[in-house]
Amino acid sequence: MTASTSVFGKHERAALITPVIANNPIGVQVLGICSALAVTTRVDKALVMAIGVTLVTAFANLAVSLVRNYTPSSIRIIVQLAIIASLVIMVDQVLKAFLFEISLELSVFVGLIITNCIVMGRAEGYAMQNPPWASFLDGIGNGLGYGLVLILVAVVRELLGAGKLFGVTILTTQSDGGWYEPNGLMLLAPSALFTIALLIWLLRTWKPELQEKS
Amino acid sequence: MELYLNLFIKSVFLENMALAFFLGMCSFLACSKRVETALGLGVAVVFVQVLTVPINQLILHHLLAEGALSWISPSLARVDLGFLAFILFIGTIAAAVQIVEMVVERFAPALYTTLGVFLPLIAVNCVILGGSLFMQERDYRFGESVVYGFGSGLGFMIAIVALAAIREKLVYSDVPHGLRGLGITFITTGLMSVAFMMFSGIQL
Amino acid sequence: MPKTDSTRYTFLFAAAVCVVCALLVAASAVGLRERQENNQVIYRQKNVLLAAGLVKPEQKVSDRELQAIFDQNIVVRLIDLKTGALVPEGKIDAKSYDQKKARNDPAQSRVAPPNPALVARLPNYGAVYLVTRGVKDTPPELVVLPIEGMAMWGTVYGFIALDRDGNTVRGLTFYDQKETPGLGGEIGNPKWQALWQGRKAYDASWEPKLTVIKGQAGPPDKDPHRIDGLSGATITSNGISRVIAFWFSRDGYAPYLKQLREGAKS
Repeated sequence: MTASTSVFGKHERAALITPVIANNPIGVQVLGICSALAVTTRVDKALVMAIGVTLVTAFANLAVSLVRNYTPSSIRIIVQLAIIASLVIMVDQVLKAFLFEISLELSVFVGLIITNCIVMGRAEGYAMQNPPWASFLDGIGNGLGYGLVLILVAVVRELLGAGKLFGVTILTTQSDGGWYEPNGLMLLAPSALFTIALLIWLLRTWKPELQEKS
Repeated sequence: MELYLNLFIKSVFLENMALAFFLGMCSFLACSKRVETALGLGVAVVFVQVLTVPINQLILHHLLAEGALSWISPSLARVDLGFLAFILFIGTIAAAVQIVEMVVERFAPALYTTLGVFLPLIAVNCVILGGSLFMQERDYRFGESVVYGFGSGLGFMIAIVALAAIREKLVYSDVPHGLRGLGITFITTGLMSVAFMMFSGIQL
Repeated sequence: MPKTDSTRYTFLFAAAVCVVCALLVAASAVGLRERQENNQVIYRQKNVLLAAGLVKPEQKVSDRELQAIFDQNIVVRLIDLKTGALVPEGKIDAKSYDQKKARNDPAQSRVAPPNPALVARLPNYGAVYLVTRGVKDTPPELVVLPIEGMAMWGTVYGFIALDRDGNTVRGLTFYDQKETPGLGGEIGNPKWQALWQGRKAYDASWEPKLTVIKGQAGPPDKDPHRIDGLSGATITSNGISRVIAFWFSRDGYAPYLKQLREGAKS
């Protein structure tokens, strides 16, 4: 552990930036795909979800890191779960109060942030060993990396599936008198998997050291 | 009876946790390299799901829902603790997993050697929490929650065993380098998901 | 560094974490509750207004304007779903009446008779939204009725607006549905919903007749009982037909609509 004291030392910068692309939680670490795929039919849903996950990961990391030296190891998992669950409840409450219609569409997937492996994985894998500020940045970085993939997938799906972005028509569909015949598959669940597979393919062609042997 | 049968079919095939809602994807991908491992995880999920969904249903309706506390004192009739659902659900799940692990280890050591490694994993498996959250969202009654817990667990098991069987054969295929491992597994899962969509609209 | 492995410390630590988490969660829940409940009411009102055509789907309206439009134009009343009679005002507060909650409460609901829309329970009282535009004691211009039932993936919830003749459809919305996006999900498309305008719910002998067909229907004046099906979504289309058939049957709104049109005539 580099004991840097500056606010944006090398260690902190690395904590923030590496997870966005080089160590992307979805593309490389294979974490947190569970609740991600179902919310990518529309960009606004994906964006809200990404912000929610980023906030929860960042603050969960911060809280876990703050109490890391005081936490008895026998109950550390349940302590982490309690912290994460409380944060998720707060996010859910805020969404219901301020973004009601989106919260209806996200339905159970907000609650499922609790079991999102990214949050648990970073709390256990990073925040337990690192100081609060670096942990907080690591949380933001992982949330952004997750959000980046989520929004990319959502852009592909909403644009090809409905000819829209953020609900605004980009390609006028034939049923509305335009020329674009929407690809219905893109709105269905499996297309999220295909899109992510293609993203992974791209990422691994670009960075061949990530390729798997088998 | 018809209602339960319908719900069962629906939760196994139509609303398959893994292939329709993509829940439990992390373990779905990580534990599907071999059929044996997949089967172990699948059985454990069914086991825990049958326990936790009904327990959470009872907690929700006798402790958390609006008016549920009126048996303590009528003045509590307007108290609605629904916002605590997440934390209690995850608590129940963690506790249930722990208890199941201890009971299985004590009374069925043979089962423990096959299931044991998967049980701790399950506490943070989205299928389990997702099952309870869907139960809450759809207002299942107790009987329905038992059927739903079993059905959704079984659906996950079928899906993961099927994927593992495909992946065992996939080892012999010539996959482009960038797609090997994770990428091709995603595509396979997507194709399975398309196949499962043919069940849509079935009603008994 | 404190000793973190003693039992006493572990318990104290767990208790402290619980207290802090509980305080935060409870504070956010209590602090935001009023806003959340308000959101639900506004969401319901917005969909009533959409069905009644008082707000257009593409229109951006603030919450306050929405409530103002609602209060100016609409009166909420309860009806006894069995007899169709209006419940006297003041017996139950109709504006805050939560029909979904009542339906799930055994004391306020009953098991629904077997029906193709797979509605399991019916509340004793149903809310109806009368578009009176602030004029009292006249037959309302429109009535907006809540409907629900099984389509393909799950229960769909919506509102249907009828003319005071209790027969001519003036609008429709679905505000909660999980049909396949792009196929069955098109029931949420305002373009398709607009096709319902002017169709008749009942035939000459007052039997429910309105159905969603496969293929295209004619204009409302020539083909009053049929609506274009959604391509690629036969099951959803059939589901909507069954939902409509149930709610216009004797187990649904037929008794109320009969009284409505008789009241409108006199």
